[in-house]
Amino acid sequence: MKTNRRNFLKVSTAAGGGLVLGFNWLQACNPASRQVSDAVFHPNAFLKIAADGWVTLQAPNPEIGQGVKTALPLIVAEELDVDWAMVKVEQAKLDTENYQRQVAGGSGSVRHGWEALRQAGATAREMLKQAAAKEWKVSPDECTTEKGEVVHTASGKRMPYGELVEKAVALPVPENPPLKDVKDFHLLGTRIPNVDNPKIVTGKMDYGMDTKREGMLIAVVARPPAFGQKLKSFDDTETKKLPGVKQVVSFDDKVAVLGTSTWEVMKGRDALKIEWTEDDPRETSSEHQKAFEALLKNNSEKPKRDDGKVEEVFKKGNRLIEGTYEAPFLAHNTMEPMNFFADVKENHVELYGPTQLPAHSRKVVSEALEIPEEKIEVGMTRMGGGFGRRLDIAFVVEAAKVSQLAKAPVKVVWTREDDMTGGYYRPAGMYKYRAALKDERLVGWHLQASAINSGNGTRENNFPAGAVQNFRVDYHKLESPITTGPWRAPNHNFIAFSEESFVDEIAHSLKKDPVAFRLELLEDAKQQPIGEVQYDPDRYKAVVQKAAEMAGWGTKALPEGVYQGFAAHYSFSTYVAQVAEVSVQQGKINVHKVYCAVDCGIVVNLSGAETQIEGGIMDGLGHALYGELTFKNGKAQANNFHQYQLMRIPDAPEIEVAFLQNNENPTGLGEPGLPPIPAAVANAVFAATGKRIRKLPFRKSGLA
Amino acid sequence: MASFSLKVNGKKMEVDVSPDTPLLWVLRDTLGLTGTKYGCGIAQCGACTVHLDGHAVRSCSLPVSAVKEGTVVTIEGLSDKGDHPVQLAWQSVDVPQCGYCQSGQIMSAAALLKTHPSPTDAEIDAAMAGNICRCGTYKRIRKAIHEAANQGSEQ
Repeated sequence: MKTNRRNFLKVSTAAGGGLVLGFNWLQACNPASRQVSDAVFHPNAFLKIAADGWVTLQAPNPEIGQGVKTALPLIVAEELDVDWAMVKVEQAKLDTENYQRQVAGGSGSVRHGWEALRQAGATAREMLKQAAAKEWKVSPDECTTEKGEVVHTASGKRMPYGELVEKAVALPVPENPPLKDVKDFHLLGTRIPNVDNPKIVTGKMDYGMDTKREGMLIAVVARPPAFGQKLKSFDDTETKKLPGVKQVVSFDDKVAVLGTSTWEVMKGRDALKIEWTEDDPRETSSEHQKAFEALLKNNSEKPKRDDGKVEEVFKKGNRLIEGTYEAPFLAHNTMEPMNFFADVKENHVELYGPTQLPAHSRKVVSEALEIPEEKIEVGMTRMGGGFGRRLDIAFVVEAAKVSQLAKAPVKVVWTREDDMTGGYYRPAGMYKYRAALKDERLVGWHLQASAINSGNGTRENNFPAGAVQNFRVDYHKLESPITTGPWRAPNHNFIAFSEESFVDEIAHSLKKDPVAFRLELLEDAKQQPIGEVQYDPDRYKAVVQKAAEMAGWGTKALPEGVYQGFAAHYSFSTYVAQVAEVSVQQGKINVHKVYCAVDCGIVVNLSGAETQIEGGIMDGLGHALYGELTFKNGKAQANNFHQYQLMRIPDAPEIEVAFLQNNENPTGLGEPGLPPIPAAVANAVFAATGKRIRKLPFRKSGLA
Repeated sequence: MASFSLKVNGKKMEVDVSPDTPLLWVLRDTLGLTGTKYGCGIAQCGACTVHLDGHAVRSCSLPVSAVKEGTVVTIEGLSDKGDHPVQLAWQSVDVPQCGYCQSGQIMSAAALLKTHPSPTDAEIDAAMAGNICRCGTYKRIRKAIHEAANQGSEQ
């Protein structure tokens, strides 16, 4: 993300330093409200300062619950050096002229936005300093800033930013303003509550589902019930008789029912008589399993990684162990089902709603509707969860097509059943690991992996690559008409379970402590790295040691029946290690407590960072315990929460999180907390029962 | 279509809808009270929780015709100024992530505190098991309910 200064200035000059939107509201809320000028200091797209001292910061990226609507403006506020209590945050619209990477995905908002956000705040602070210095007739170098005021240290003079607005507006925008020293941060690293909390707890927060516009129709869409089916014919006679139904339109093997009430259009859709094709090939989960097994009998044509001589170490009379791990499809199940608002007119299109990819949405809608991108405006609502589901574009395009056909502003709403059976799942996969052991050491590692539709199902340069002399990764993609997509910590969410379980298997086979064994491998990767190593072995070791220390690994006396399991994983540039304390009673896995050590560099918002890790652990645990979607003849075998179990509060463990302190630039947080937990729990179950779980979900592991 | 007279958040409201319309959609589409959320439509997730005569109910599965003389309170009517102890605790503990399920969570928690002013963890787990939080804020939900209980007892 970078401010595109030239473009920005062009835009803001045209706007002529006009009023801040909501100015009256701001004044009304300011107890020190007084008659002030309506000048606004607006040096870049990220921030505005009004003459009454209120600061409006733009949150450029979509908010799915990952906390960036709070974290990104907080970074600007830190460099700007303002009082957070005087900050109002607004969700920016899609604006590719002024912002880069307006994306919610890849745990990337903070790490990719870090520099530009700091620059945006520092630019304004520098201009305010210059404005005050000019006023006081001193050098800007003699001035500092403090909580929304410029201070002249020698004389003790102070001036609030608001009073400098008119003077700062006239100054040239500096190109490379100095950034704060990390040690001078006073906002970053503290606990800042989610900026939307006041609206959320009073029911005033508008999500995409809550969109309502003049003349808007609500639509539900009948889509093929099974992957592989197509629309043959439909009869809407009964539907059109219903009082709330206004229109029925059909496109792309779908039929949309439009009206003014959600309930009436849902009934209208039920009243459609639709014939779907029956002759297309459709898939069943047991067939996927057989296809995976067949693929894993052979190496791929080109390995993803091939260090040393894997074939040889597996033939030389070394001790061999093997474990085959299986992952089911998972639905994302965002609490807010898919929905989108579209108002397609000949010369202007408005798209508004929950999307993790607004820029891509605009591009794809432009292509689908043959309307140039310049005529398409995209606004993002706060989203009721994302987890990758809203990286899909199909539901945005669908809303645009319905609006175009209906010639009306339309909000397309998905029911839970539509959402759960509608595709874009975490792909099912099967990963076979083999290890060669010699003289109490791991000398060979071979992963043969296969997953549905994913071309990117392995992380061959991650741990334990670099620590093993002979190391090979083979991958086979299995094509399927069942649509798949990224699901929180894509690929990592299963790689970490299988790999960290298998590392535990190796440690037990070598009669080594699982933590000590990992530290030994990491030391090898540091001292004699084999091939490319993407992780920093020292940072990795530090989280392993920290989590072990927090949990009293190997030292603490545990209650009767409680066992510990360990796992660590590196993803989205963040290092995470976890210890799970688990008991197994009558086949039920109880997770009592999870200790988690995280190295994500500088912590931007301590409360936000901690809740992302806690949420990642709950998410990973809940899906490991229960999550599974199977298919029969192309049809999802669960369509709502009575058939697809999500974790509820009685299963939620206590969690203790510690962040390692350093001055590295911030790394990902929305996803990295999730990957280690399934293996940490499964490894604890092994410690408790001697039974190795290799297939998700755990509820099917037959522990009873 | 039929006319119904509802008592919602202390006000009398007249609506003209099909009798089988769930209260959820009357609140959201007819009365514009969109703080009550749709999550599953089959009383499995709790996002639509409101109070009917002081009890937590799932409005997605309650036909408007069944409400009759009942008094309905939604998240918008839980307090005048957004200062119910549960609403305050939710903010100070910083519970919400995406926030979508939280109005339902708050309504369930407020109903729990009426019958159990100082609930144990086990009582919290039992009362809140009908509300799914897909972001996994469960640890903070427990903490916030304890905090609200303490605030409530000090008042």
